[in-house]
Amino acid sequence: MANSHQLKRVDFIFRNENDWEKVLSSTIKRKPAELINELISSELKGRGGAGFPTGLKWKLTAEEKSDEKYIICNADEGEPGTFKDREILSRVPYKVLTAMAVCGYVTGAKRGFIYLRGEYKFLEPELNKAIDEFKYYCKEINFDFTISIFMGSGAYICGEETALLESMEGRRGEPRNKPPFPSQNGYKGKPTIINNVETLVHTFTIFKYGAKKFYDLGVQYSRGTKLFSVSGDTPKPGIYELELGMSLQDFVYEFGDGDTKAVQVGGASGFLVPRKKFKDAAIGFKGKLTGISLPTGGSMMLFNSSRSMFNVLDNYLEFFREESCGQCTPCRVGCQQLLLGIKAVKRGEKPASYLDKLIRLTETMQLTAKCGLGQSVANSFSSIVENFREEMIY
Amino acid sequence: MDSIQSLIKTLADQHGRKRESLLPIMQAIVEREKYLSEYSMVEIAREVDIPASEVYGTATFYSFIETKPAGRYIIRICKTITCAMKGKNQVLFAIQDMLKIKLGETTPDKRFSLLETNCLGWCHKAPAMLINNEVYTELTPEKVRDILTSYMKKNGQN
Repeated sequence: MANSHQLKRVDFIFRNENDWEKVLSSTIKRKPAELINELISSELKGRGGAGFPTGLKWKLTAEEKSDEKYIICNADEGEPGTFKDREILSRVPYKVLTAMAVCGYVTGAKRGFIYLRGEYKFLEPELNKAIDEFKYYCKEINFDFTISIFMGSGAYICGEETALLESMEGRRGEPRNKPPFPSQNGYKGKPTIINNVETLVHTFTIFKYGAKKFYDLGVQYSRGTKLFSVSGDTPKPGIYELELGMSLQDFVYEFGDGDTKAVQVGGASGFLVPRKKFKDAAIGFKGKLTGISLPTGGSMMLFNSSRSMFNVLDNYLEFFREESCGQCTPCRVGCQQLLLGIKAVKRGEKPASYLDKLIRLTETMQLTAKCGLGQSVANSFSSIVENFREEMIY
Repeated sequence: MDSIQSLIKTLADQHGRKRESLLPIMQAIVEREKYLSEYSMVEIAREVDIPASEVYGTATFYSFIETKPAGRYIIRICKTITCAMKGKNQVLFAIQDMLKIKLGETTPDKRFSLLETNCLGWCHKAPAMLINNEVYTELTPEKVRDILTSYMKKNGQN
């Protein structure tokens, strides 16, 4: 694209706003149904990667009849290439806490948890200070909502919502069968909302500025902004808030080093897009985007021509092999066999056509694995093998 | 009652004798002892009143719950893609060379253990590592030598 337009930078999430007390006290004066409608009309979708409509999630839990409900902020940020949630929790923790409390108000929950990954334990003291101050204010306005931190212990899979629940209940972080969904049957069997850190901050923005302000950003089916964690072969790695719906071409124009060979969108469980497909790829949730639309938790890893895509895939597969919880056979055995398989092809012990067999194995995993981990290995595997087949063989 | 037993009892008092308390209790023991022994697992099982096999199953699931004796400072170097691309191996070699241990080993004086780990979430400042809960980023062989030297001095003072 010759006249590539600038990416639309936005500043909502990290904007320094010291009025969380006012936002909280004024929001909880509004009717829950009104707040849910506001969220639904903003078309906010979950920012952890899966993209479930947030307003609907809140509505489902609000409609459940139960004496106890829970709000969980999912800060088990483990997807390779993602580091936005840590930044949010260290820079604007009050927005997260406020959003959790509002969510509690809307759904009737009195108790909230932040599930913080073990790797981020250094955040705990500061976060606890913020929670204490928040608690103090809630007491002052007579609002009953308690938040505490639950520490993870180094398991990627616990970012999957039902594995997270198992972990909080003191078990191995093995995903549950769905349904029932956590909105009806979550933590300790009670209706539970599990939202990503970034999703919660967007609800803060929406309740403060109104749904329209959010809705006007982005494109159809992918409204609002998104934090992107940019890393790899780029002169400016870091965290950027951008409007959804941008083309990958524009993104690479802004962040590439002039020699970008491919971009991994959405981390190891996402898709690899080669240079020739940049202009057809847009970043957003499924819907009427031009060409391929790529949902994402915001991980953008750039690779230049000095990188071997075999090494990249090898690294991902080793990651999945280690992080697979081992509960279901397609994922446990599949991840191992994929890793052994590409190595065997590389060494010439298996013919190149063996790669097609491995792709069929990922298709089987996509259909039969119990959770998103095993299902999504197919994304990066087939997009790398199909686009860089020669690098897998020679 | 030995010291581990009384620690477990205190932790169970503090967190409650419920299944949900299991992870926080184990984490606190690892924080202090650097690992969770089989003896500790059996004691937790007794204190919280759940089968020891369940405690073992849960403990061994989590990569930050060490079940083998480890050093006072556990070095976890990130090996995921961006760190691997940005020179993690050179940093790892520098550490191995300096401490004279391989991955998965502990120095004879029980100061340092060296492990690899998956994505730490510092890809924009790769390569990265953790020493216990402390984060170190944008590592180079020179930088990591300085960091380890400061830990060795720290240890000397105690």
